[in-house]
Amino acid sequence: MTGKTRSPVLQVKGLSVSYLRDHEATQAVDDISFSIDQGQLLALVGESGSGKTTVAQSVIGLLPGNGRIDSGEILLNGVDISRWNWRRLQTVRGRRIGLVPQDPAASLNPVRTIGANLGEVLRIHTRVRGSELRRQVVELLARVGIDDPERRARQYPHELSGGMRQRVLIASAIALRPDLIIADEPTSALDVTVQKVILDLLDDLRREYGTAILFVTHDLAIAAERSTEVVVLRDGRVQEHASTAEVLSNPRTEYARTLLRDAPALAGRAAPLPPAADLAAIALRADSLVQTFALGRKRDEFRAVDDVSFAVPAGTTHALVGESGSGKTTSARIVVGFRRPTSGRVEIDGIDLASLRGEALRQARRTVQLVYQNPYGSLDPRRSVEEIVTEPLRNFGLGDRRSRLAKAGDLIERVALPASVLGRRPHELSGGQRQRVAIARALVLEPRVVVFDEAVSALDVTVQAQVLRLLEDLQRDLGLTYLFVSHDLSVVRHIAHTVSVMRRGRVVEEGPTESVFGTPVHEYTRTLIDAIPRPSERVS
Amino acid sequence: MTAQAVTVGDEIRRPTAIVRRLRRVSPALVLAWLAVAVVVAWALVPWLFSAADPTIGVSGQRLQAPSIQHLFGTDQLGRDVLDRVIYGSRFSLVGALVAVGVGLVAGTALGVLAGTLSRAVDDVIMRIVDVLLAIPSLLLSLSIITLLGFGTVNVSIAVGITSIAMFARLTRSQVVKVRHTDYVEAAVGSGGHFLGVLWRHVLPNSMGPVVALSALQFGSAILQIATLGFLGFGAPPPTPEWGLMVSEGRNYIATSWWLTTLPGAIVVVVVLSTHRVSRSLGREKRG
Repeated sequence: MTGKTRSPVLQVKGLSVSYLRDHEATQAVDDISFSIDQGQLLALVGESGSGKTTVAQSVIGLLPGNGRIDSGEILLNGVDISRWNWRRLQTVRGRRIGLVPQDPAASLNPVRTIGANLGEVLRIHTRVRGSELRRQVVELLARVGIDDPERRARQYPHELSGGMRQRVLIASAIALRPDLIIADEPTSALDVTVQKVILDLLDDLRREYGTAILFVTHDLAIAAERSTEVVVLRDGRVQEHASTAEVLSNPRTEYARTLLRDAPALAGRAAPLPPAADLAAIALRADSLVQTFALGRKRDEFRAVDDVSFAVPAGTTHALVGESGSGKTTSARIVVGFRRPTSGRVEIDGIDLASLRGEALRQARRTVQLVYQNPYGSLDPRRSVEEIVTEPLRNFGLGDRRSRLAKAGDLIERVALPASVLGRRPHELSGGQRQRVAIARALVLEPRVVVFDEAVSALDVTVQAQVLRLLEDLQRDLGLTYLFVSHDLSVVRHIAHTVSVMRRGRVVEEGPTESVFGTPVHEYTRTLIDAIPRPSERVS
Repeated sequence: MTAQAVTVGDEIRRPTAIVRRLRRVSPALVLAWLAVAVVVAWALVPWLFSAADPTIGVSGQRLQAPSIQHLFGTDQLGRDVLDRVIYGSRFSLVGALVAVGVGLVAGTALGVLAGTLSRAVDDVIMRIVDVLLAIPSLLLSLSIITLLGFGTVNVSIAVGITSIAMFARLTRSQVVKVRHTDYVEAAVGSGGHFLGVLWRHVLPNSMGPVVALSALQFGSAILQIATLGFLGFGAPPPTPEWGLMVSEGRNYIATSWWLTTLPGAIVVVVVLSTHRVSRSLGREKRG
């Protein structure tokens, strides 16, 4: 640092925010204080509902209509902006404070070119026009590492990948060299390797321009790797506020300890190989699966799944890992019989699922069940939990009404839910509770194989850790075989015994989790593993 | 009540859930429900509202203007117009019910078939629906009546057929949306039969907007039936059908305005009320 002033870029003092709902105020943020110096990255960590996004929105004056700042000050370079009106805030938005939003897909105007989207912030705040504007836009695109920026500037948002769109948004946030960038979960919609690139880019900008960054995230691992200071929020209150190193090595509150323990990337290796796994019978075998899709009217075809084979011993967990577009979800859908492969076999207990049709396929579904990623979409909103869990039994005409109810009650207890949820409907439950109901539904038929399609990705870390522990318990007690599809390598390392790494429809590496993660052979596997946030190897 | 509210200040500031709900209900909606309720009561128990026979006139009381004794006046045969409107509500409401029933059942069935079966079936059904939509509904119902013959029931069926296309379109769009949700796939995955899944998951979750549309259609069916009655395709005289009454009153429009205006106003009120009710139903479904 040169001899510039050392007063903090952003100072939040005693901020309290409440939301008005049905004439009643709910406190969302309660007496929060922190400050960020030039060139610092402060991470605001918390689970959904902790108020972290509310804090970020208050700083830039973008609270929803029913939100209200009750008390406190927000000082930007020493000036309180918390009471400013919309018009006055417009003078600092974009110019002094840049915002990188969470969802790159929804944050660019789809009917305007990338250049026009990016040029807008310059048009609003500066007098730059015409060829000079175009030159600056191209320069900005080049700065955030977009190759061939002149061509990209003429393209539309849908022609760019998610990672590239996020870079464009970062470019628009830094266009006017603001003092502060607010990044609200900027990488949670992105693949791990892309996430790493974006985080590196933010780090570079911070070092180069001395920009302060307020980084909002649910992922303690990312916070630990990148930030200088961490504020842990829970229910709108500060739980812990200290330098990152201190929070990691010596968390003071119980909640911070729970978060640290539950963050899969920080927890390290847990799942021990089951005894004599190699001796056990193979429960699920996929044999040279191929799935092609026709491209347009031409004879071209796209091989979404290209010669994928794996075998899962009974009672173990096999993981399919890969980034979006790697064919892992398509493979999982073939395994559960929702998609007929172009060629190849799926054997569960010696029966080839891929060749069955009609009633035979319906009967075979008893042996394999799927748990979906989104617990908000996979349960019928009009049915009670009891009806949802007993429905598979009704479908196969198993037991009478009373025995089905008893079984549903047992399972609800097994997945650690209170019996009172049986009469409720899905919308009355939290995300984690819903996912437990979905797991209970999958288990009620006593299947041999359960397929989890990103089944814990939508959950908060502590809930995720609970569900993962539950899955391990169920596997041990019931001898279940899992196929676990995920993009999250830290979770996979935690739960899977064997793993297949997929890329562009092909398996590039496979083997026991320990050896694949410990001594990766393929270059792509190494890239993936390097992209896991690792606080111990941080570069300061 | 007011005195109590003043003393208990707390209750004013923090109203109970019921009071809060009541506050949100608009007066227009209450009036609309009231109008619908009155007309339904007319149709169910007309003798409670009028003693006279609506088809027999009193020769001494022809073409009398509205008064306390005859609120809606009397017609050219000395029949009380209000009595005729009250007894006529049965023909209009039953007719509208049949019409909506025909449209709802046939339209929903077609929509569900189009939305769930193969692409070819979908294409065939939806092109037929397009053709139905392309023909003006009055022309279509007139042609159907010429095929089926005159009469109240036939008019209702004809009106119902004109609304099939709309129901089919809406149902199909809903079914296509619901069919691709995870919970429907999960139901198939847990061993559900095609029809079982359709009945238990797809239909209940796609019927919300369809129910709102049937309430809306109810209003326009009354209007269409009255239109056909006016054109002479509906019930024969002396049936007190609303459209027919307006048509018969036409001959006296210069001297006896009430013969056309008041039954016409009732039609307008009922149609507007059902429209208002259907909008509120649609909003609840969405909220």
